Amino acid sequence: MTSLPQPMPGAKKLGLVIDLDTCVGCHACAVNCKEWNTGGHYAPLPDYDPYGKKPDGVWFNRIHSYETQCGSSSRTVNFPRSCLHCEQPQCVTVCPTGASYKRAEDGIVLVNTDICIGCKLCSWACPYGAREFDEDQGVMKKCTLCIDRIYNEALPEAEREPACVATCPARARHFGDLGDPNSHVSQLVAERGGVGLMPELGYAPVNRYLPPRKATISAKPLDRPATGGNALLRLLDKVLSR
Amino acid sequence: MTPASSVLLLTTLTGFGYGLLAWAGLLAAFGLLPPAPLFVPVTVVVALAFASGGLMASTLHLGHPERAWRAFTQWRSSWLSREGVASLTTFPPALVFAALWWAAGPHAIATRAFGLLAACLGLVTVGCTAMIYASLKPIRQWHNPHTLPDYLLYAVFSGATLLAAVWALWFGAAEMLAAAALITALIAAGAKFAYWRFIDTQKPLVTLASATGLTAFGTARPLDRPHFTENYILREMGYQVARKHAAKLRRIAIGLAFFVPALLALLAAFGMAPAVTATAASLIALAGLLVERWLFFAEATHVATIYYGR
Repeated sequence: MTSLPQPMPGAKKLGLVIDLDTCVGCHACAVNCKEWNTGGHYAPLPDYDPYGKKPDGVWFNRIHSYETQCGSSSRTVNFPRSCLHCEQPQCVTVCPTGASYKRAEDGIVLVNTDICIGCKLCSWACPYGAREFDEDQGVMKKCTLCIDRIYNEALPEAEREPACVATCPARARHFGDLGDPNSHVSQLVAERGGVGLMPELGYAPVNRYLPPRKATISAKPLDRPATGGNALLRLLDKVLSR
Repeated sequence: MTPASSVLLLTTLTGFGYGLLAWAGLLAAFGLLPPAPLFVPVTVVVALAFASGGLMASTLHLGHPERAWRAFTQWRSSWLSREGVASLTTFPPALVFAALWWAAGPHAIATRAFGLLAACLGLVTVGCTAMIYASLKPIRQWHNPHTLPDYLLYAVFSGATLLAAVWALWFGAAEMLAAAALITALIAAGAKFAYWRFIDTQKPLVTLASATGLTAFGTARPLDRPHFTENYILREMGYQVARKHAAKLRRIAIGLAFFVPALLALLAAFGMAPAVTATAASLIALAGLLVERWLFFAEATHVATIYYGR
């Protein structure tokens, strides 16, 4: 059913919390995600022309870098983008076949690739660009929150987290239940003022982003080196300034 | 949004088909069609041929056309599914309407009732098609109050040109319908101008800062891209051709879709070679509406491309 499940009080809302303060933009999450998922639930994740001039393919994580500017202070922010497992996911309700669905028990948004007709409408309905079409298999694919890791009893308990979280060398990614106000992820969000993306569109994303911390040392613009006084330095400055 | 030829054909051809059915059904319900025994059966066959052509074209862009039947199941939530259900539901009453016209005669109550039913279902199908686009929140050029009435107007206009052509070819004259085609062409053109004015003055839905949660840090601009070649999102949604040639393409679309057919309909209304002018009007309207539909897609911007600074 592509109608959304009735929200159950106290139901889990599994999701990610991504710390934009510590993310170093290394793409390890994207690579480990690709590595795990090309053998996982939606395997394989296609690559088109992988060693050619225009490599292309399906990835569930895309790592952007942005520069923010406020007055004279600017900073680089690395920004990993993936499915936010929204509470109001229009990608699910537009699906004509029932292939797209949101799980009532933990809120994960998935695609049943056995009945997907590949009409691509779900990808049009997602404002976050989180769904990517598999041209080889003719079906839509997306982040599963590593459903085949987080519930996988064949893995040691410490490894039952999404591949992107497990691999992050900066520990910028956190996984947990955002429906439980006492979970470590909910506390992180409360403590650091975590935000959801594009709140104005009303998709109510579950994933949260922790904004970069404000700089604690205020950097002053450098003064120009004083050139008065020494005749030799003045001459040197004149020559070098040409 | 990248225009897919299958979807352009779907929306345009079903507009012609169900528009024609709507005119035939409504005029029959009010007893305004000429009582030739084969006129309605032929018209309904033409209408359903256009609609089927569009529906079949739409399956061409699917990754799995053999699973298309599954699209009839989720009508509770999905406009695409509703469109599928409505389009097929229109066929039986339309065929019964045609059969009754021939068997029971144009004036039978049942003929008129089925004509009205087929006409309404045809328009409902066009409305469902429009709602597929109008319901997509990430695309501001579609998610607005213009999309639904515009699609209905274009279907009514294209149906009028088509019925005028069939009528003129059959009886050698179609003054009233040519006049209807002329009036609907001018209303449709007005609606298109209003739509363009609307989307040109619309503000973007979000800023890069709100898309990244960085509103507290001033303005944001893209620095490094995640990948140096295109990906699915950019291929499907980052279409930029129309923005470059928008003004020229708009003139071509409005001329071919509405003004040239309006002029030809005017000639037909004054009885100047109506079979030729009315047929030419509907063929040129078809070409023009394909350009108009191409622009409807090509000019639409998807909010996800903001992550790439597009």
